[in-house]
Amino acid sequence: MRPFVYEQPADISAAVAIASRFTTNDDQPTRANAQFIAGGTNLADYMKLGVAEPNRLLDLNRLKESGLRQIRVTDDGIRFGALVRMGEAADHAEVKRRYPVIADSLRLAASGQIRNMASLAGNILQRTRCEYFRETSWQCNKRVPGSGCAAMEGFNRQHAVLGGSDACIATYHGDFAQALIALDAVVHAEGSRGARSIPFAKLHRQPGDTPHIETDLAADEIITAIAVPAVPWARRSLYLKIRDRESYAFALASAAVALDLDGETVREARIALGGVATVPWRAGAAEQSLQGKKLDETSAEAAADAAFAQAQPRQHNAFKIELGKRTLVRALLETRDMKA
Amino acid sequence: MDAAAPRPKENMGEPLPRVDARLKVTGQAHYPADLPIANIAYGALATSSIAKGKVTKLRLDDARAVPGLLDIVTYGDMDKVDKPKFGNSGATSIGPLHDRTIFHDGQIVALAVAETFEAAEEAARLIRAEYEEEKPTATFDSPGTATIPAAGKSPLFKEDVKAGDFDAAYADAAVKIDQRYSTPTQHHNPIELFSTTAFWEGDQLTVHEPSQNVTGWKVELARQLKIDPAKVRIVSPFIGGAFGSKGPMTPRTAIVAVAAKRLGRPVRCVTSRMQAFGTQTYRAETRHRIRIGAGRDGHITAFAHEGWEVTSRPDPYVVGGTSATGRMYDYGSVLTHVSLVQADRNTPGYMRSPPETPYVYALENAMDEMAVALGMDPVEFRRINEPKTEPIGKKPFSSRSLIRCYDEAAEAFGWAKRDPKIGAMRDGEWLVGMGCATAIYPTAVAPCAARVRLTVDGDVRLQCGSHEIGTGVRTVAGQMASERLGVSIDRISVEMGDSSLPPAPVSGGSISTASVCSAVLMACDAIRTKLYAAATAEGGPLAGSHNEELELAGGKIVAKSGASAKVEDVLKAMQVGAIEEYAEFAPKGATPDALKKLYAGTPEFHGGDQDEDSVKYAFGAEFVEVRINRHTREIRVPRIVGAFAAGRIMNTRTARSQLMGGMIWGIGQALQEATEIDRRYARYVNRDLQDYLVPVNADIKDLQVILVPEVDPAVNPAGVKGLGELGNVGTAAAVASAVYHATGKRIRDLPIRIEQLLV
Ligand SMILES: Cc1cc2nc3c(=O)[nH]c(=O)nc-3n(C[C@H](O)[C@H](O)[C@H](O)COP(=O)(O)OP(=O)(O)OC[C@H]3O[C@@H](n4cnc5c(N)ncnc54)[C@H](O)[C@@H]3O)c2cc1C
Ligand code: SF4
Repeated sequence: MRPFVYEQPADISAAVAIASRFTTNDDQPTRANAQFIAGGTNLADYMKLGVAEPNRLLDLNRLKESGLRQIRVTDDGIRFGALVRMGEAADHAEVKRRYPVIADSLRLAASGQIRNMASLAGNILQRTRCEYFRETSWQCNKRVPGSGCAAMEGFNRQHAVLGGSDACIATYHGDFAQALIALDAVVHAEGSRGARSIPFAKLHRQPGDTPHIETDLAADEIITAIAVPAVPWARRSLYLKIRDRESYAFALASAAVALDLDGETVREARIALGGVATVPWRAGAAEQSLQGKKLDETSAEAAADAAFAQAQPRQHNAFKIELGKRTLVRALLETRDMKA
Repeated sequence: MDAAAPRPKENMGEPLPRVDARLKVTGQAHYPADLPIANIAYGALATSSIAKGKVTKLRLDDARAVPGLLDIVTYGDMDKVDKPKFGNSGATSIGPLHDRTIFHDGQIVALAVAETFEAAEEAARLIRAEYEEEKPTATFDSPGTATIPAAGKSPLFKEDVKAGDFDAAYADAAVKIDQRYSTPTQHHNPIELFSTTAFWEGDQLTVHEPSQNVTGWKVELARQLKIDPAKVRIVSPFIGGAFGSKGPMTPRTAIVAVAAKRLGRPVRCVTSRMQAFGTQTYRAETRHRIRIGAGRDGHITAFAHEGWEVTSRPDPYVVGGTSATGRMYDYGSVLTHVSLVQADRNTPGYMRSPPETPYVYALENAMDEMAVALGMDPVEFRRINEPKTEPIGKKPFSSRSLIRCYDEAAEAFGWAKRDPKIGAMRDGEWLVGMGCATAIYPTAVAPCAARVRLTVDGDVRLQCGSHEIGTGVRTVAGQMASERLGVSIDRISVEMGDSSLPPAPVSGGSISTASVCSAVLMACDAIRTKLYAAATAEGGPLAGSHNEELELAGGKIVAKSGASAKVEDVLKAMQVGAIEEYAEFAPKGATPDALKKLYAGTPEFHGGDQDEDSVKYAFGAEFVEVRINRHTREIRVPRIVGAFAAGRIMNTRTARSQLMGGMIWGIGQALQEATEIDRRYARYVNRDLQDYLVPVNADIKDLQVILVPEVDPAVNPAGVKGLGELGNVGTAAAVASAVYHATGKRIRDLPIRIEQLLV
């Protein structure tokens, strides 16, 4: 690991000030000299592997604003402070009651120890686990722009079938983000150019020709909170995660589903897919195909077909199309049958 | 009732807790890389990023500029020491710093040594190799492989076993199958990382390194360094998982020893998880073709097993499991052939039940297919083919309790409730499947020495250079002394894992309990003989008694008559403070050189299929239930039952623990575990525990181990059959059979993953 400077700014404005001093407007947050660290479960790992190379770490854990550590539930929705730990949010009684899909997505992620360390903002910004990205001797456009993509023709079983490009097919592995994008969450951020709100769906960028650009954030922007609007019928929601083992593994395919039902007929469906796409993935076409329809195995299958209509398989990941569809079908049926 | 401590049945010892359990769970056990050592310097490896070619240039300037860097050991620096040797104690013949040729991915190109671990790692990362690259051969079907017959390439695999006229019998068989199976590359990934800590005191070298073979390493390291083995000491008191990976010494050990010499300081090198994939051994991928022919009555008349195994270019590592599969059932005729397929890979090595895991997987999967083809219950099919003598040499089995294992496991599992129809069993959205398979492991034993001292205070000190790799050998050796000397276990201290102790064989092949306990038994009996002689001598407290009438218990010599004498008093009367005995055990059939070879670190193994009088194996039967989701097809294992018979069970707790661990591993081998190779580059891809999956707690639900009583005095004086490697043999086939039962899909290539069930 390379030597680096470690600082503990006292409040958000101090953190932003230091960050903007050591970064430029063009810097990507993941490539900048100065980078924020929260739980460190992702960043410290990548620093040890030589994948992330900040020479200055700004630890957010001492920031004095208490809202950063709070979960606030109101009639307008729910607001998660950026530094709330995954474990705390997963166990929160109101989150479990009002938004089972959020609680599930966190509960089924990582391990108890990691959930106790990892922050919610860090979670949504977690970087891909592409094996070729993690090990610096491989070619990787995301790590070293323009160097090529070893995964494209390599062992790409875990790679994305949706949202990829010729430059990069790395999967976005997070679970929480699928619940957030399905529920139209908004991310609050503060940087040297002021505070702003970013619709969750705009936060992550598809790789396109520039896979090293991962989010819409500037290098000196701190996420302060994540807000989920009130969606009363989200009590009928769940997160289904299919993986190679029962726990402590990333999704091969997952689905976040929330349903507003009139009897068995769908008034509105919210669907996001994990494990199969390069970014958190809202399945709009699938949602539309269900609207006004009776939800049964046939309509669920049609929705799943719509969700994967644009999917592009590679040598080892073609199964994810079929698996992703079946995951969605099962998630839809299980959500329908929930007692909510 | 405590499941972890099963009540002993006939011929089983007490479930004593491990003597080192408290040390381990309280962090007081110092594993080799934990040991505090003054003035230590840290080493980190730089490894190749290509699998084939030559290093044309090594750029060291950036690394040299790292503050705290002390030294870089690389090409040229090892010229004064000898290259490693492959076999016995050596993992490979590749001397990575002796030669700029790159034979495999992740080959060592340098060792950076610095004041801190971080500086060493940083320097190693900055070492830049330039290569003249060649197109490497990755594995089966890659261009450039060379296929050679395995027989004779390894002293452990002399010939392809055969019996009768397979071709004729197969041609005539009424029912037959001809199928191919495969198993993937696997790496041991013990949680304790690989490490070497070396320091010199004058010309005396001490190496702390997790090792399953301290005596063998002492001799081999001395050979490489061209010094007297008496000047080398290997210390490895605790090992955090080995599974074979810490059996052979790798080239790193000598490199670190040289670095320590150059610096005149202790040097410690811990390899990273990723580096372990290329710098250590592994289980190579295998392929199999099995043909079975049988009459309609279910009697097998013809069995052929062909195997292919990947190995490195320079070293012919062979597992050759056909010697076990060829003896499993009453086949009529047997034909086997094993081939090695050479590729540009690091040299494979032992991994828990090296031959049996892949070969018995193929055999048992085929047996299940054959039972289906015959329309027969798979347990019944095995019962019909239970042999009286083994089919190759027509020798008897020293003992064979397979059918009893099947009966007990089937009963506990509830096999009778299984509906044999494919796909007939369901639980809501879940398809239910049940399957079974046989486990077999050869019972071997090797020469071993041990020193036991009984003091007048009633304390016992037991010394033996064996290795506590987690099996509980320290506990069972203590237990043997406790039983023979009548001293409670808390008065017994057991020293192991040090090449300055009496030599023991490599802790591999499940021989340790048998070999160590046989030596301890000998030493204890020699102590008893002396005590009895003194006690029964004229004027002694038990004068006139015969040795056969005496027992040692509770610190006393007790005669059948009821008379007794305190051991303490007997020793006092003898005017000694202690009796110490050094025993050298040699198994029946040992050659005149057997003990010499033990001290030379090249012990001979006896038993298994090697003996004249009988073949010696331990057996088991495993039953598995799987559940497969109707939609998404993930496979879960809610239940597994295994019944095993392995001669005398020294300690039912440690025995159960070994078998349970094996079964859990077997589930992982069936469903998860595989090292992925990028075939373009012959490089490993999933080189960490994020992507190299093994079961987690949530994967293992209801697991039951049944210890089936068995008495077998023929195997060794202790009557013990090794069981450390028995538990994971057969499990994967049982899972495959259950998956077939649930879905009608026969998966022949491991691991069985979701994608194979989606189509
Ligand atoms: C073994 C393992 C298994 C895992 N399994 C799963 C899983 O199954 N599902 C899943 O979803 N996740 C999983 N994870 C990922 C884990 O959830 C993330 O590592 C974690 O959520 C990151 O949070 P953190 O606070 O530790 O982030 P850090 O590592 O501290 O930071 C991550 C990134 O976010 C940036 N950052 C952090 N906070 C802020 C902020 N407030 N504003 C701006 N930038 C910020 C950092 O600069 C960095 O780039 C796993 C991780 C591990 C190690
Ligand atoms: S898929 Fe993306 S992250 Fe992975 S190697 Fe290719 S460019 Fe890098």
